[in-house]
Amino acid sequence: METTHFSSSLLEDKNEADASIQNKETTYFYRKKVDGANQETERNKGEASKIEVRGLNLKIKNKVILNDINVKIPRNKITIILGPSGCGKTTLMKSMNRLTELYPEMNVKGEIFIDGEEILNSRRDVTEIRKQMGLLSQRPYPLPMSIYKNVAYGLKISGRLKKRFLDKRVEHYLRQASLWNEVKDRLRDPASGLSIGQQQRLCLARGLAVDPDIILADEPTSALDPISSQEIEKKFVELKNNYTIVMVTHILRQAARIADYVVFMYLGEVIEQGPANEFFNNPKTEITKAYLKGSIN
Amino acid sequence: MKKNSGKSFKKTRLKYEEYFFRWVMFLSNYIIALILGFIIYTILKTGIPALSLEMITETPKGGFYFGKEGGVLNAIIGSLYLGLGSTFLAFVVGLPVALFMNTWLMNKKRTVNLVRFILDLLWGVPSIVYGAFGFTLMVLLGLKASLLAGIIVIALLILPIMIRGIDEGLKNIPKGLYEASYSLGSTKSETAFKVMMKQTMPCIITAVLLSFGRAIGDTAAVLFTTGFTDNIPTSLSQPTATLPLAIFFQLSSPIPEVKQRAYAAAVILTAIILVISILSRVFTYRYKKHSIKF
Ligand SMILES: Nc1ncnc2c1ncn2[C@@H]1O[C@H](COP(=O)(O)OP(=O)(O)O)[C@@H](O)[C@H]1O
Ligand SMILES: [Mg+2]
Repeated sequence: METTHFSSSLLEDKNEADASIQNKETTYFYRKKVDGANQETERNKGEASKIEVRGLNLKIKNKVILNDINVKIPRNKITIILGPSGCGKTTLMKSMNRLTELYPEMNVKGEIFIDGEEILNSRRDVTEIRKQMGLLSQRPYPLPMSIYKNVAYGLKISGRLKKRFLDKRVEHYLRQASLWNEVKDRLRDPASGLSIGQQQRLCLARGLAVDPDIILADEPTSALDPISSQEIEKKFVELKNNYTIVMVTHILRQAARIADYVVFMYLGEVIEQGPANEFFNNPKTEITKAYLKGSIN
Repeated sequence: MKKNSGKSFKKTRLKYEEYFFRWVMFLSNYIIALILGFIIYTILKTGIPALSLEMITETPKGGFYFGKEGGVLNAIIGSLYLGLGSTFLAFVVGLPVALFMNTWLMNKKRTVNLVRFILDLLWGVPSIVYGAFGFTLMVLLGLKASLLAGIIVIALLILPIMIRGIDEGLKNIPKGLYEASYSLGSTKSETAFKVMMKQTMPCIITAVLLSFGRAIGDTAAVLFTTGFTDNIPTSLSQPTATLPLAIFFQLSSPIPEVKQRAYAAAVILTAIILVISILSRVFTYRYKKHSIKF
């Protein structure tokens, strides 16, 4: 009973956030692969979830980090991976774009499907797989070049472009990440001179420039001040119309504000997953209840 | 009461320790500066009087080695050719190796550490050994002492410095930047040449400078491999003079004028290294602002 009470107050937060964002007329989306994207949706209509993880196991030197993870992540929604720190959220996210390959000590087994296509054991070029997903990390890592070139890098990677188009696209993605107004007069300045909050939005712009369908965000607000954090949250709520967003957090209130779907992890296992409403109002397991109450951290 | 005195004793001990080490560091800084100053003073004091426009604009004339007219332009140009050529060669070979070690071999820590160990060993090998090795190689291939042979031997000599210098910079790049690059769909070569190279540019410049300094100043490795001549080489297959050897030969002369000219040549060599250092600082500064600070 107590739990329910607490979480419904959290949900009010979320509705407010949603409403305030819908009031804004900031829908300047146009996407490069609109036709292609539509076709894809057509083809995969039967496929309800954008990402599906099946029987994923991950070990580091015989230590089980992820144990039989089965997760379905819905299309064009914000899915929050929630759980106390050290439970394997980052590792799960790294498996999704195969960044686990940078860690030779990690032994990954299982399957991950994106739009019904297996990617973990796939022979497909891993760079192509990664281009489907943009990544925001806990701490922003801008590339060692100018603000302009950071965004242009993503564009160039996904195909050669003429200078004229490049300028337009860079502006477009900087606008999408709500950064344009702050940097338009210093596009040639090094990205390292931006504030952390601006750097994180630059990383978002750069990630979007590759034209992914999915945004993976690993505690993207943890290094940011409250106002920058809010901006990222708002941005995600806007972006979910066009992207499938997976975000890791251990902040309960943040999850409650923006989640459509929640995956709750604990000690390397998925304890519970489902629509946010259900998760917060009607948690099924004792662990979840305890976590929502704040007695596990 | 007892506890209290123990604490304050510890406090005073820490204070004295702090005091002591501050002085040690202070002193060692000054000693180093003093030694450097002394070296430069000695070279300048003896060298400047012998330094003339003739020294840097003319090659040795007939009686040069008896204290008559002429200069060391042959050695200046020779040293520059040799220094620039070998640094360039070592850079062209070393940069890809360093990038390869840190990108493609990222997951093969043991292999990379073995390579590092071997390079550090090579770094420590005295340059006369490189000279002897180069000489053997030349004899084997039937080559004569020439600029090319010198460039190759010196390039081998500075390659470990070049690779390890760049490698040190790359090694310290956090994994997050690699993840950021790969997550954008970059290939390994894009990650290496477009991202990591830029990030570590200040280190690359420092490595190039260190290598050049070693290359232009080394005597032993060129002793057998470049020969010595009074002419400025016009092709890679010709022998060439170098400043260190010019200093060596003149210093061993019994004639005081010639001896003094050795110091003048040393001033020139020092000046070249100084100019290169300043240039590299300027470049480092220009590139540093792009590197992400961690
Ligand atoms: N490269 C690694 N080497 C060893 N242990 C690791 C490595 N990466 C993660 N771990 C361990 O795996 C567990 C899960 O880590 P992580 O996925 O980062 O958790 P979370 O993101 O939920 O805080 C932790 O216990 C962590 O110590
Ligand atoms: Mg984490």
